[in-house]
Amino acid sequence: MHNARVAEILSALTHDRADATSLPERLCAACLSALPITGVGVALMTVDGPSGVVLAATDGLARQLEELQFALGEGPCVEASDHGRPMLHSDLAVAGPARWPRFGAAVIEAGVHAIFAFPLRVGAIRVGVLDLYRDTPGRLTTAELADATAFADAATVVVLHLQDHHAFSAFAAPIDGRAEVHQATGMITIQLGITLAEALLRLRAHAYATGRTVSAIASDVVNRRMSFDGGEPGTMTQDRP
Amino acid sequence: MTSREQLIATTFVDLADTLVADFDVIDFLHTLATRSVELLDADAAGIMLADQHGGLHVMASSTEEARLLELYELQNNEGPCLDCWRSGRPVARADLAEMRSTWPAFTQRLEDLGFHSAQALPMRLRTQTIGALNLFRAKPGRLSEADLGIGQAMADVATVGLIQERAIAAGELLATQLQTALTSRVQLEQAKGVLSQRSGLPMGQAFQLMRDYARSHNRLLSDVAAHIIDGSISDDQLGRSR
Repeated sequence: MHNARVAEILSALTHDRADATSLPERLCAACLSALPITGVGVALMTVDGPSGVVLAATDGLARQLEELQFALGEGPCVEASDHGRPMLHSDLAVAGPARWPRFGAAVIEAGVHAIFAFPLRVGAIRVGVLDLYRDTPGRLTTAELADATAFADAATVVVLHLQDHHAFSAFAAPIDGRAEVHQATGMITIQLGITLAEALLRLRAHAYATGRTVSAIASDVVNRRMSFDGGEPGTMTQDRP
Repeated sequence: MTSREQLIATTFVDLADTLVADFDVIDFLHTLATRSVELLDADAAGIMLADQHGGLHVMASSTEEARLLELYELQNNEGPCLDCWRSGRPVARADLAEMRSTWPAFTQRLEDLGFHSAQALPMRLRTQTIGALNLFRAKPGRLSEADLGIGQAMADVATVGLIQERAIAAGELLATQLQTALTSRVQLEQAKGVLSQRSGLPMGQAFQLMRDYARSHNRLLSDVAAHIIDGSISDDQLGRSR
């Protein structure tokens, strides 16, 4: 199943601490070796578009791709993040220049023929984008696409947790897909006046600290047995270990 | 035409209309779920779709109870929707006694929520089954043959529409289409939480409010969800649409 593969990818990243590379760098390297591609990059994205921060890239060209999209404000990663869907361009020479006048021309010249961009999103939370590129045209197979989406989900967890230093220990688990987890995230956002991303991190950190599952805590929040603002019955204080 | 015939006609047109620029899978599946309840002798409906790994996801439901029942089926790996998706055929039992012997845990839960009948119709095109439509009734027994025929036709048209949409959007990309749908679904849940906490309404009512607003303002449910989250639709505005 999908989440088992995401967990496997995350676990390999955390256990392989032999060198001094960062988590996003290791994730990109793992993605590169698992798929028939030439390079991988991860960049931060905001609601307004690319942030200009490239977290990791397997090579100079992968980095250049991210920087170009930031500089020009156009390209598949921008669209992937906006639409919340993967953008798969298996032959840029055919469609690229018409679609993105400046970015399209620049990438062809740089020798990039296919780009597969995956949004790193949890609902309304946008953390970044995972870009895979190839120096030859051609599609990814369904199995390769499934694996690429697993890498994107793993990258979402990595990037989300990079923004929160306290909760880093809670990092290795894939994001629980249950509806209650996301409902609870929405509730905590309002309870604490923080962003959705921060609320999700708080929820995960609390689960980790109390040794309970994220979905169990979420269920308590949704059923109003527990509140993160400390003002309601069954508050955080009482639930703390 | 009677008003029911008119609604049937409108529903088929709506379900076939997937090749539009702002097509939204979640909105589309909610239409299928709610129209199933309006047109058939059913009290609640839910829809599951499969991903490329064969995992099923609850994508839409007409009520919170239907959603809970579908989640329960997935967690316990038992129930009509699962059997239907696996076999690609309609699944029903004649009465509660037969339901209890086939799906003991599921039927118990069904009765706890006030229902006495559940059956499922496949969402299938030729050899490909992409999911199932679950229909729940407060009364015991199966739907009439006439209702079943209409229900299956709705599920068929919706399936053709979805497969078409996937084909147009990106060729082979069941994988990416489902990811889009899941992103919308997650965003919807986040918005429900935000609204429920701000307004003090239970989750189900918060969702109903969002859906009423989307319908009366002719906007996509996922857009409404995004704007509830970023605060550009206020609770007052939502309340006024009632």
